[in-house]
Amino acid sequence: MRQAKRLVGGGAVLVLLLAGAALADPDHDELIVNGEIEMIVRAPAPPHVENLDEIISGWSFRTDETQALQMDDFDNPGMLGVERALVMFDTPMGTAGQACSSCHETPEALRGVRATYPKWDEERQTVQTVEMQVNECLTERMGAEPLGYDSTEMVDMSALIASVSRGMVVDVAIDGPAQSTWEKGREMYYTRFGQLELACANCHEDNAGRMIRADHLSQGQINGFPAYRLNNAALISVHNRFRGCIRDTRAETFEVGSPEFVALELYVASRGNGLTVEGPSVRN
Amino acid sequence: MAENVTPRVRVPDSASAGEAVLIKTLISHPMESGQRKDSQGNVIPRSIINRFTCEFNGETVIDATLEPAISTNPYFEFEALVNESGTFVFTWYDDDGSVYEERKDITVS
Repeated sequence: MRQAKRLVGGGAVLVLLLAGAALADPDHDELIVNGEIEMIVRAPAPPHVENLDEIISGWSFRTDETQALQMDDFDNPGMLGVERALVMFDTPMGTAGQACSSCHETPEALRGVRATYPKWDEERQTVQTVEMQVNECLTERMGAEPLGYDSTEMVDMSALIASVSRGMVVDVAIDGPAQSTWEKGREMYYTRFGQLELACANCHEDNAGRMIRADHLSQGQINGFPAYRLNNAALISVHNRFRGCIRDTRAETFEVGSPEFVALELYVASRGNGLTVEGPSVRN
Repeated sequence: MAENVTPRVRVPDSASAGEAVLIKTLISHPMESGQRKDSQGNVIPRSIINRFTCEFNGETVIDATLEPAISTNPYFEFEALVNESGTFVFTWYDDDGSVYEERKDITVS
């Protein structure tokens, strides 16, 4: 009798899981921001992403209500950060008395930057992220103190830089001098971390589209970063999210801005080659 | 004292008489609930927008009381019937006594 009950119970759980899987698939809605910026939320996987047929923006995994927040800049709370950065863009900082606009004139002059970063820097002989580039400007050209890699000001500025590239196709270079960094990032992506022994791929490749308790797993694409997370009511940088994921595996994490996370960012960005820049996006 | 409080509203420039126009408003504000504690264990004092009103040509369109559980950057979206040209006046009342006001004109044909 007890045996039979258990079997019935097991069956019920199985049915629930199947129902959950069916409901949890990413949707096929189209993303057009402000009625004019057409986003590519589904694209064929680039050849270097062996285990996926199709790459899908994290936007497609969110509820209709969360999706709607990103479709109009007025509704997108991430645009508040962009507005703060616009003020900073025109404000002289540091001993040289220069503002970002002294060289770059308008943020639109930086259109295209987000789509190709992280990128190999010939002068520094390293792969640079947008944040590293901002700090290079601040310290070497403006005579100012660098911003904290994950500070509100830096995340706002990277949101501004992303916002002017919205709708452009992500195309980070993975060959040439960037290749060894890319391979290091790839290695990390498939390495299990923490007491839970989870690699990025376990959730975002093997189980994308399924539910992990109450969370709907996406492919972990970073084309939408920085992202306004409703969970934090704040703009969140991609390294902050990496740290959160690794922490959730119950591991000691790497620091934001560390060479490990720069390598991981390059690799994960390259998995989204073919999607469009969405930052600042809205996610849960 | 809440910092960087900026109200913003979106009202169509024009409408036809008797039309219900869509209005969106947002004010950037931390909406500190008064329930949280800082790292020393001291209660962080409550600091919220406690009332929001919208008037059209002196007539009340909406008058809302906001409570501490409302999230950062409160956002309101509502429709208003307009029969004549005029001015929408939006007012936010802060716990610290500040009053933030924004005006938008609409032409009705």
